[in-house]
Amino acid sequence: MTHSMSLLLQVVDPQLPPTDGMFALVGLIKVAVVFGIYMFCVAYTTFLERRVAGWIQDRHGPNRVGPQGIFQVLADGIKNFMKEETMPGGVNKALFILAPAIAFVPAMLTWAVIPFASPLPVPGVGLVDMVVADLPVGFLFTLAISSLGVYGITIAGWSSNNKYALLGGLRASAQMISYEIGMGMSTVCVLLLAGNVNLNQIVHQQATQSWNVLLLTMAFFIFAVAGLAETNRVPFDLPEAESELIAGYHAEYSSMRYSMFPIAEYANIITSSSLMITLFFGGWDIPFTQWDNLPPWTITKTLLTMGLYVAKVIFFVFSFIWLRWTLPRFRYDQLMSIGWKVLLPMALIYITVVASLILGLDAAGLARTSIGFRGAMLGMNVLFVVLVFWVLDRGRIVSPAYSRIERARIATLRQVSERSDLVSEKGA
Amino acid sequence: MAITTRVVERPIEEASYMRATFKGLALTFKHLVDPHKVTVQYPEEKWDIGPRWRGTHRMLTTEDGKAKCVACGLCPTVCPANCIKLVPGVDEQGNRYPVVFDIDEFRCIFCGYCQEVCPEEAIHLGRHYENAETDRKDFIYDLKRLTAQTHPVCEMWDPADPRGE
Repeated sequence: MTHSMSLLLQVVDPQLPPTDGMFALVGLIKVAVVFGIYMFCVAYTTFLERRVAGWIQDRHGPNRVGPQGIFQVLADGIKNFMKEETMPGGVNKALFILAPAIAFVPAMLTWAVIPFASPLPVPGVGLVDMVVADLPVGFLFTLAISSLGVYGITIAGWSSNNKYALLGGLRASAQMISYEIGMGMSTVCVLLLAGNVNLNQIVHQQATQSWNVLLLTMAFFIFAVAGLAETNRVPFDLPEAESELIAGYHAEYSSMRYSMFPIAEYANIITSSSLMITLFFGGWDIPFTQWDNLPPWTITKTLLTMGLYVAKVIFFVFSFIWLRWTLPRFRYDQLMSIGWKVLLPMALIYITVVASLILGLDAAGLARTSIGFRGAMLGMNVLFVVLVFWVLDRGRIVSPAYSRIERARIATLRQVSERSDLVSEKGA
Repeated sequence: MAITTRVVERPIEEASYMRATFKGLALTFKHLVDPHKVTVQYPEEKWDIGPRWRGTHRMLTTEDGKAKCVACGLCPTVCPANCIKLVPGVDEQGNRYPVVFDIDEFRCIFCGYCQEVCPEEAIHLGRHYENAETDRKDFIYDLKRLTAQTHPVCEMWDPADPRGE
C-alpha cells in the first residue's frame, strides 16, 4: 500500500522529468504553443518595424486599422491572400513554388532548440523543459539549420527566370557563405567557455559564471554583425537591393508567396536575436541573482525568466530595426572585405587568444567560477575591444574607394598634376 | 592629355565608419524619442488653409436667397480659361439676372479674375479643397450648385495691404 502510494507520488512529482508517454504529449503541446506564439511575434515584428520606421522618420506609421493600428497585421494578411498569384513565363514551377517555404522553414526550425525560460513544474506531469527539443547538440543544430535558409533565397532567385532575381540569389549565397564562417568561428569561444554545445547548458554556464557578452565581447560583436548579414537586413540587404536589383530574389513573386519572404526575414530576425541572447546574454537568466537558476523550480520562476527573455528579444529586435533605419547599404566589395578581411581574421585571432588564456588559467588552477578567472577574462576582453575598435576606426575598412589607392600612387598622381599646365585646381 | 587628379585626404573623424555609425544611431534615436511630426491625420485633423486660398467657386446670395449676380458679363469676358457660361435674363422689375451660370471646374485655372472683376461681389473662389466627385459631369457647377455651397470664400490680395494685416 505505502509502496504503491510512493510510486504514484513519484510519477506525479513535478520536480522530475515526465515519463515517456507524457513526454511525447508535452512535446506536441509545446510545438503547438511555441509555433503559435512564434508566428504571432513574427507578424507583430512586421508591425513594430513599420511603426518604429515611421517614428524614426518623423512619421506616424500604420495607425489606421484598429487602435494605434494593431490590426494592420490582419489587414496585410487578408490583402496578401486576396491578391493574384502570378506565375511568370519560363519559371521552374516546382522550385518557384517551393522556394518561399524553403526560406521560411529553417528560420522556424532553429527555434526548436532555444530555451526560453526555466523549467516549468506541472503537477501530474513532471518537470517540463521550456524548450521544444532539448537536443544534446543544440548549438550545432542551429548552425546547420540556419545555413539552410539561404537555399530558399538562392532557389527563388534561380527559378524566377529573371536576371535581377538570379543576381540577388547569387549575392545571397555568396554573402551567407562569407558570414557563416565568421559566425561559426565567433561562437567557438562560447563553446570553449561552456565546454558544451547544449544550449541549456550554455545558459546555465552563463548564469553561474557571468554573461558571455562581458567575457567575450568581440565574439558577440562578430556574431551580431554576421547575424545581421545572415538575416539579409540593412546594411547587408544586397540580395534584395531595391535600387540595383529591383527587389532581388523576390522580384517575380506576388501575393502570399511573396509574403513568405518577409515572414522568413522577420522569423530570422527573431531567431537571430534569440541566439544572441542565448549565447551571449545569458538566455533566460536573470542577472545578479542565483535563485532563478536553482531548483526547486516554480511557476513564478518560469514566468519571470520568460518575461525577461521576451524583454531581451524585444530589445534585440528593436536594435535590428533601429540599425536598418540608420545605416545605408554596403557596396558589394565592402561586404566581401568585411566578411573575409575583417570578421574572419578577427575571429581566428580571438579564438587563439581566448583559448590560450583559458588554457593558461586552467593550468594555473583557477576555477572557472572564481573571481580570478572571470577577472582575467574580463581584462583581456577590455584590452581586445579597445584594440580592435582602435584598429577599425583607423583602418578605413568600410572606406570610400579613393582611400584604397596606395600612398605611392597618390604621390605620383600629385607630381603629374603639379607638372601639368591644364590643372585648374592644384594640390589637395 | 594631362591628368588632373585631386586627392582629398579626409581626417579619421570624417572617414571612420565606426564613428559615423554611432553618430547615425544617436541621430535616429533622437528622432525616435523626440519626433518632429508634421503629418496631418487628414480626415480627423484638417490643414489650416490660408485666407487667400483659391478653391472651387461659390456664388453669394442676397437675403431673399437669390444670387447677387446681375449678369453683367464681366466674368466670362475676363476668364482666361473661358470656363464660365453666362446667359443673362431680365425679370418683371427690369432687373438683370443670370438665367444660366455654369462654371466648368475642369477648365478653370483658379486665377481669381472672376472674383476680382465682379462689381456685385457675387462670384467668389472658395477656401475649400475637398472637391471629389464620382462623375465628370458633376464638375460643371450650375447656379444652383454655386449658391448652395457654404464654405468660406477667398480673400483676394489687396495691393493697399499686401501682407494681409
